[in-house]
Amino acid sequence: MYHDLIISGSGGQGALFAGQLLAYAAMDAGLQVTWMPSYGPEMRGGTAHCTVIVSDAPIGAPLVRNPQTVIALNRPSLDKYEPLVASGGLLIYNSSLAGREPTRSDITLVAVPGNELAREAGDERVLNMVMLGAFLRLRPILSLEEVCRALERHMAKRRQDLLALNRAALQRGFSAPAVPVPL
Amino acid sequence: MARELLKGNEAIAEAAIRAGLDAYFGYPITPQTELLEYLARRMPELGRAFVQAESEVAAINMVYGAACAGKRAMTSSSGPGISLMQEGLSYIAGAELPAVVVDVMRGGPGLGNIAASQSDYFQVTRSAGHGDFRPLTLAPATIQEAIDLTGLAFDLAERYRMLVILLIDGNLGQMMEPAELPPFRQHTSPTPEWAVSGAEGRPHRIITSLYLQPEALERHNLKLQKKLAVIAEREQRFAGLYLEDADLIVVAFGSAARVAQNAVEAARAQGMAVGLFRPITLSPFPMRALERLAPRARAFLVVEMNAGQMVEDVRLAVAGRAPVRFYGRLGGVEMLPDEVLQAIEQAMRDTRVTKNGARMLDAEVQR
Repeated sequence: MYHDLIISGSGGQGALFAGQLLAYAAMDAGLQVTWMPSYGPEMRGGTAHCTVIVSDAPIGAPLVRNPQTVIALNRPSLDKYEPLVASGGLLIYNSSLAGREPTRSDITLVAVPGNELAREAGDERVLNMVMLGAFLRLRPILSLEEVCRALERHMAKRRQDLLALNRAALQRGFSAPAVPVPL
Repeated sequence: MARELLKGNEAIAEAAIRAGLDAYFGYPITPQTELLEYLARRMPELGRAFVQAESEVAAINMVYGAACAGKRAMTSSSGPGISLMQEGLSYIAGAELPAVVVDVMRGGPGLGNIAASQSDYFQVTRSAGHGDFRPLTLAPATIQEAIDLTGLAFDLAERYRMLVILLIDGNLGQMMEPAELPPFRQHTSPTPEWAVSGAEGRPHRIITSLYLQPEALERHNLKLQKKLAVIAEREQRFAGLYLEDADLIVVAFGSAARVAQNAVEAARAQGMAVGLFRPITLSPFPMRALERLAPRARAFLVVEMNAGQMVEDVRLAVAGRAPVRFYGRLGGVEMLPDEVLQAIEQAMRDTRVTKNGARMLDAEVQR
């Protein structure tokens, strides 16, 4: 088992935390995992992203040139990472903020109206969990239950009151009628 | 102990605490700042000393002072800060004090940038300051190894009364990976017999790097050199992968070795006899093992995130018995496995020519 992905959004959208949560769940499942954040001087309105690699074998480089999956939370992320998805890979994009359709024809494109679904789940700020939920449905490298358990185990104590909301958002994304655009 | 998901900088900080760190002095600089931030919270919790100094110059001299008093002391920085510390590092080396310094490398020269790089190799392994000395230099490639080598760094520093530098880059400092922290060591910190800890009831002790008489300074230098020779004899460390039957041996340390490992695995999957040699101690450099491999390999390929620094040590060890190639990326540009694989493929093609007696082209920085 091997999967690499980039989660990208603007600062505050929770791209880094979504990646961390996946990394915690992978560790708890006994897998190898690396989480590599962007730590460069990012421009306001630009992208913050992380690269997550999950594998059952030891991981070498924590970075990839062409990720198997990209989760794009906003327009700049879509613009920056759509061209980089590996051929045959998966692009999940937040259609609430994308402002355009992706154009690649050699990858699976999945539109998720993340902000709307997050609002339905209770708060627009859990957009990152909605998108992660959608990813787990399309690429079940870990079960939704495993990721929810990781949330309980590793979410900061002072944030435990947000557990139910985050779980609801993961569930909402997981069960969203995410229709892959056929290749 | 259970596996935890740990950030490199924080893992090193906690490992230092568990190894019995008494005092930390530092100054913020990306990409090592989390190390300082973490200790700013943890050290006071444990009743230990933490000072954010007014500069790197002050920080290293505080380390010097704490080490004189027999305390387990550490600082951390990145290239520009390590440059500022060089005077203090040299004094610590000259005074034969144990101290641990973490350098989380970023792009240089000058202010450069904050992206991951390995361009401080020369600076750190060659002396890290004026005068004749070499600090012990350890280069982990994973967060688990960073934890383990942090503990080892304090052991070696105290065993040899020696400056030990833990050399990582921004990628290893910033990334998270599951790892296991060691249990807390007994924190007894008995004052060593050379420490200046108050002379009441005993003759006073002097710790200095000042020897005004050339003959005395030569004697002191010879003693330091003898110690370095003992260290070179005992402390060379490396890791190897597929070395037994390798025609081409890739040599890389730290983060670059992780990238090279992917490329070596990919080359193996294509049927190429390629191996990976990863120095863990950069100083002392694992010369003995490379010297043994030199006559058996058809060629070496050194892969670094710099313009070619460790490649000089590899050439010293190989001593002309095989061609030594170099591939590097500069300025903090991400190096990825596919480009290293291309460099491997190129070296393998050229090596076949070598069998007919033709020499391989020597190193060049490929972009």
